[in-house]
Amino acid sequence: MLLFIFLPIISVVTQSLYIDHEQVFVEVENCDFFGCKKANMVDAEATAHLKEEQPLGRFVGLSNYFNRSHLASTEIAVAWRNTESFGDFYDAVYNLPLYRAIIFTLTYTFVVTPLLIVLGFLIAIAVNSLHQRLKGLVIFFSLLPMIVTPLVGSLILFWMIDSRGILGSSLQVLFNDPDLSLKASTPLTWIMLMVYGVWHSAPFAFVIFYAGLQTLPQDTLESAMIDGASRWERIRYVVIPHLVPLVTFVALIQLMDNFRVFEPIVGFNAAAHASSLSSIIYTDLGGESRLLSSASTTSVLTIIGVIILLSPVLYRTWRDWERKV
Amino acid sequence: MNRVLKAALIAAGVMSHSVAAYAACDITGGRVNIIGNEFPAIQTVGAGAEACAGDGVEITTNLTKEHKDLQVPGLSGETAEYTVAIVANSSIVPLMNEGLIRPLDDLIAKHGGNFNDKQKISINGNTMAIGFMANAQHLVYRKDILEQAGIEPPKTYEDVLAASKIIKEKDLMKYPFGAAYAAGWGIAQEFNNMFLGMGGEFFKDDTAMPNVNNEMGIATLNMMKELTEHMNPDFLTLNNNEINAEWKAGNVAMMQMWGSRAGPLLDGEGSAPGVADNTVLAYPLTVGGGTIPATTLWWDGWTIAANISDEDAEASYLAMVNAIDPSIMNDEVATQAVWMIDGYEPTPASAGVFATIEAGAKPYPMIPYESLLHTALGDELPDFFSGKESAEKTLSDVEAAYETAAKEKGFL
Repeated sequence: MLLFIFLPIISVVTQSLYIDHEQVFVEVENCDFFGCKKANMVDAEATAHLKEEQPLGRFVGLSNYFNRSHLASTEIAVAWRNTESFGDFYDAVYNLPLYRAIIFTLTYTFVVTPLLIVLGFLIAIAVNSLHQRLKGLVIFFSLLPMIVTPLVGSLILFWMIDSRGILGSSLQVLFNDPDLSLKASTPLTWIMLMVYGVWHSAPFAFVIFYAGLQTLPQDTLESAMIDGASRWERIRYVVIPHLVPLVTFVALIQLMDNFRVFEPIVGFNAAAHASSLSSIIYTDLGGESRLLSSASTTSVLTIIGVIILLSPVLYRTWRDWERKV
Repeated sequence: MNRVLKAALIAAGVMSHSVAAYAACDITGGRVNIIGNEFPAIQTVGAGAEACAGDGVEITTNLTKEHKDLQVPGLSGETAEYTVAIVANSSIVPLMNEGLIRPLDDLIAKHGGNFNDKQKISINGNTMAIGFMANAQHLVYRKDILEQAGIEPPKTYEDVLAASKIIKEKDLMKYPFGAAYAAGWGIAQEFNNMFLGMGGEFFKDDTAMPNVNNEMGIATLNMMKELTEHMNPDFLTLNNNEINAEWKAGNVAMMQMWGSRAGPLLDGEGSAPGVADNTVLAYPLTVGGGTIPATTLWWDGWTIAANISDEDAEASYLAMVNAIDPSIMNDEVATQAVWMIDGYEPTPASAGVFATIEAGAKPYPMIPYESLLHTALGDELPDFFSGKESAEKTLSDVEAAYETAAKEKGFL
């Protein structure tokens, strides 16, 4: 607990309160194959000296949290004053990197989680009613999307939905629109990412529900049959109540899982249309100039997001437990 | 007795080995670990360094596309993980900013090396890197398609637009133009190219204040937008690899491509029939009536980490000198890049890069805050191309995003 949860959180919180030292510039002459040119350069020695004095950098309090890359208080205030309609205000908010990521992440989480629970449940019911001999094979194939590495899975789909790919060209024929491109439109990219999300995570829900179905009380089921309950009524009044605790469990795990959506955005090269909290942290940390403070700030905000998101489920669990005691 | 014999045999083996290694690269001991980008020319250099491995000298390489993410952490710390970083004129900057690479003048004075003075890349009077190849993006065209359309090879981006229209009208191709416009680094680089061609300067007179939100920036975006009308509609997701695949499939008639990727385009492997034979590596394009080519010049070279022992630094230096020795040149290696090594004879694959150097293209700026602007462009430009925003709004977002990052890094 201390090593793997508490310390990393302390470290990102601390990092998010600091920014780098002011850089000391010197003008130097750089020469390469193509000639010499005067340019600014960071005086590494002077900067190292500053670093030794204050190893963490400059303390800036919460200002990292309110700058444009994060909560953007100034930009939001300006947008609120200067926009006429709610639509314009939404556009202005959506233009800010953190809000854009939050909007996508939440939409993804709340669309994908219920859909995958429903789909997983349907697969579990269907597989459970199969003949004993077929079950093993079908279970294996149903689990494949979960076994395939997320990045590989998304790459396969990425090529299939290319405008020259099998799914992409089929859709062009279907809608009779030769310029239709799933990758060029933001709404279609979102739908594609969510379909991928459901495809990838449904097997998890399926496995859990299928295991739950094996513990179904047969006598209740039989007495329901004797009472003349139809198949649908048996599912509605016997199976579903039996599986409800598992739904809470799957929802909890999948909410956390979907909230950190990342791989499909990379796999689908979808950065132009969608960004998630994880993907903006990754962008901050990648490349030649790493923005550690910015990444830490987003991480802290993500942690707060996870806490808010899970609080209803956690509260419920706590209450159940309280009642039992 | 037996044990003594074994020990003696092992000792003899070790000695003969180290003598062999000594003969090859003059390395007596130490550790060499190389981080760098991954393309054929760099793989050749990496293999050249590995050839110096022997007893007491351990040489490993990590050549990966993720090198930019790894190099700064990999060269930091009391003892750096990597002793050599193969860098370009953009990626040397973060290493210089943090003081992670050492001047090579002492090592050159002590050990010399079979390279010419032009290869020494000096910053503030110190040789910080030894360059071995030049690179640039330039026009590549299909001469058969242009002939069928009855048009001259384009010299400017305006010509490309006109040519694309004709090719489409004559129904020769659906999307005649290609360039790596994928969101992120790629599209930002194309902006940089076009912006320089328009005569733009990225920063306000020697400060870190951005200078892209002006008429030149708007003209740049408008020209790029017009070009995208002749590109595969998925352009915001297509990187160099995908564009090259499109080219090889015969779906593109003109493209902006890196010289370092020319070899595979010409060798015909994996290309549709007739594509490779008609591929011409041309020259850089200009734009907006300007004379400066709308592209940037790049070099690749190697640097040696500062935070390593002198023994490791010497071993690294000697291994890298061996890796770029003129003797590595052969027919295959020569097509991999535009080498700046003595004894390199230009091949058809290098024509475009040489034309770019001759045309007076500007090098990609070696400025500490350039990469922050590059990242901001990569993040914000897609909004303009997906039609969400006007050019002015996008450019003001770019400047705002850059300023936020530059404040955090202490540049503003």
